[in-house]
Amino acid sequence: MNMIVTPASPATPNGTTRPQVRIVIVGHVDHGKSTLVGRLLHETGSLPDGKLEMLKAVSARRGMPFEWSFLLDALQTERDQGITIDTTQIRFRTNSRDIVLIDAPGHAEFLRNMITGASQADGAVLIIDALEGVRDQTRRHGYLLHLLGVKQVAVVVNKMDRVDFSADRFKDISDEISAHLNGLGVTPTAVIPISARDGDGVAERTDRIGWYKGPTVVEALDRLEPARPLEALALRLPVQAIYKFDDRRIVAGRIESGSLIAGDEIVIMPAGKIAKIKTVESWPVTPVAGRQGAGRSVGITLDRELFIERGDIVAHAGTAPRETRRLRARIFWLHDKPLAKGDQLLVRCGPKESRATVVAIEKAVDPGELSSSENKAIGRNHVGEIDISLSNPIATDPYTENPRTGRLVIEVSGRIAGGGLVLSVDAGQRAVPVDIVPVESALRPDERSARYRHNGAVVWLTGLPASGKSTLAKALERRLFTNGGSPILLDGDTLRAGLNSDLGFSAADRSENIRRLAEVATHLARNGHIAIVAAVSPAREDRAAARRIADTAFREIHVATPAEVCEDRDPKGHYKKARAGALASFTGIGNDYEAPQAAELVIDTSKRTVAEAADEIEQMLKTSGVLFDELVDLAANI
Amino acid sequence: MDHLDQLEAQSIYIFREAFARLKKIALLWSLGKDSNVMIWLARKAFFGRMPFPALHVDTGKKFPEMYRFRDHYGKEWDLDLRVEPCPPIDAVDPTLPPAARSAARKTEGLKMALAKYGFDGLIAGIRRDEEATRAKERVFSPRGLEGNWDVRDQPPEFWDHFNASPPQGAHLRIHPILHWTEADIWAYTKRENIPIIPLYLAKDGKRYRSLGDQDITNPVNSTASSIDEILVELEQTKVPERAGRALDHETEDAFERLRVAGYL
Repeated sequence: MNMIVTPASPATPNGTTRPQVRIVIVGHVDHGKSTLVGRLLHETGSLPDGKLEMLKAVSARRGMPFEWSFLLDALQTERDQGITIDTTQIRFRTNSRDIVLIDAPGHAEFLRNMITGASQADGAVLIIDALEGVRDQTRRHGYLLHLLGVKQVAVVVNKMDRVDFSADRFKDISDEISAHLNGLGVTPTAVIPISARDGDGVAERTDRIGWYKGPTVVEALDRLEPARPLEALALRLPVQAIYKFDDRRIVAGRIESGSLIAGDEIVIMPAGKIAKIKTVESWPVTPVAGRQGAGRSVGITLDRELFIERGDIVAHAGTAPRETRRLRARIFWLHDKPLAKGDQLLVRCGPKESRATVVAIEKAVDPGELSSSENKAIGRNHVGEIDISLSNPIATDPYTENPRTGRLVIEVSGRIAGGGLVLSVDAGQRAVPVDIVPVESALRPDERSARYRHNGAVVWLTGLPASGKSTLAKALERRLFTNGGSPILLDGDTLRAGLNSDLGFSAADRSENIRRLAEVATHLARNGHIAIVAAVSPAREDRAAARRIADTAFREIHVATPAEVCEDRDPKGHYKKARAGALASFTGIGNDYEAPQAAELVIDTSKRTVAEAADEIEQMLKTSGVLFDELVDLAANI
Repeated sequence: MDHLDQLEAQSIYIFREAFARLKKIALLWSLGKDSNVMIWLARKAFFGRMPFPALHVDTGKKFPEMYRFRDHYGKEWDLDLRVEPCPPIDAVDPTLPPAARSAARKTEGLKMALAKYGFDGLIAGIRRDEEATRAKERVFSPRGLEGNWDVRDQPPEFWDHFNASPPQGAHLRIHPILHWTEADIWAYTKRENIPIIPLYLAKDGKRYRSLGDQDITNPVNSTASSIDEILVELEQTKVPERAGRALDHETEDAFERLRVAGYL
């Protein structure tokens, strides 16, 4: 990746400007990470008064020699086990830098903590025990740094005192680790022989390593570059939320890359809707003037009302991210259960979440061995490349083009189970919508309302197959039309015959089916019609997504006819086929229908005539402001 | 963007994630310098208002200046302020050393407030640089059903992706200023002109660096009588921030025990 490197320049309280660099320390357990960190803090004068004495006392009480690592392993449990459990962040200063040191644990059980630490780092220190040499864990950590995109790695060969400060031993290890890292595309910035316990090579080149001419650890840290500036990349503002606390409708989020200013033409991805930034809002002074760059958490208002939701990405027209339902990613897997083809997941890309299915495992690697295992599953703490299909379209970039938006994490049961980088996106389904400017209707909504005597709405009928949705929908359509309205029936099966004929019955395809129904229905509703949707729509989450799309126009009706009545009716013979095992993925047999919890109306067709049910729906539409009052009079006269 | 801008933007991001992803959250307002900065950041995140309650778990042992501050700024900042009492000392684990035991009342008060309101997220103003166990925290930190913290089984956090699905009945602690330092808090307080309790400024050679309950908090030696002087003092001092907090010095692991049990 080509990016211009200029130091981030935080001002320190004393007014000087020093770059801040975040560094993760990794290495095999017992290779001396905590000792090196303790020593670094001491050498740079960063320890608070009394800390050294306290550590001496703790060591004495335990009858142990003084141990630098106690400084970090402050938790009782850690002292007992003698290992570092979790990431700790420590600050100190070199001559030219403020260093934030992320101490990552080396024990294999705690790799996820190491990832947590390393994912935030600008550079890394990889530590190796001179006696033990390069171990599995060392290789694994090297691979993980590569995976996470950490390119600056200083290697430290510790415990040189145990090998009599042998230059030959150092050279062997140096060659081995350099070859390993080079193989991953990482060139070590330095390989340094040290004894962290005694201080050789940490801040000073002592006589014992007189043969070594390279930098000390402190000098090597001094040379690492701060994080790359993101302002030079294309604008990416992932939407965290839309706030309507007052008369402003504020789109809030953090600018991940690029910059924006009031007046900019923007495009909302993945929908491809175009607008202009009206203002950049803030508090206590608003609006704010001037260009806002990467890293800022901002709020913007737009020059037109668009449907925007959490997870959308605001970009500039012309440099918008790709919209896709299919992508390839290189991931690190942390979950106990291996990741396999066909697994259903939740993927998060910034604030955007989407359900996803693993289409293929293209590669599965044990980073300790660096050998590809069979491509069936990615085990815990292993790395792999996967092809995933998403139930909702998302906007994303390959990692190489934008490190901030080209990342994702995978959740299993509400907990992050893996994460990685977007390698490529399959955006073949549709061109990047740089030219898409929605054309508004020639008619205003109120012109249509005056004629139809109702507002636009999406009336969504959900329920088990054969519960009576289509029958009710048709009766309602007839009723509204007779009264002079403009109802339009969108039956799930009918649309599957055309618009949605490319979709099957997997969870992902069902979600997409519902999304498209909701989009079409919402378009009709915005233009003053009453779209009557009749679709099983078994997943609560899909219906919630439809409600988000249609927003205030949405009215949900649960056709709650008892399951046995539905199966008894079975007008299309589906239940019979399903019972015979001839119809896979049929909703109704089994427990896969998720009933609404807060529908605007619940109707049991086994206890109502069709006319009575239509009355109830009509009444609900009146009280909820869809049908106008005059209609009551009109209806009474028919 | 300078250093304070970066900290501010990151904290705002965390606030907005918490508000978007959890159903019922509250901000723990201890009236100290850190939680005042948090309220300020929340108002920045939500354009002038804090769209969730400020919860003061009150031991009844705060300094009078702190109560005055709460009552004044609770109104001026238009906060949805909920003051919740703590149970008496008898209700608290008697094996804890005295100061820790006194502080543990707050943990119990917190649990009662959680049960009363059903919050699934509590925003807390802890910072990594304050104390070693806090350094180990996550930004979104899951708590068990008893409010307990399992330090050995914390979920991974990658790249500002937080775990926001607490199990039924459990809650998350959200830490929007985890990455700030004491000096950052003061520099930001000065820059934004955020009101402070005067106890932080030196009088007769003493000032409070950290405000807790009257019975277990002591002032430190200092001549810093303005925020500028505090910043200079922090540049030079090697006295830890919580030096005046009695419970930190009772036993090696008193604080850790408290935190594992649900203390802040």
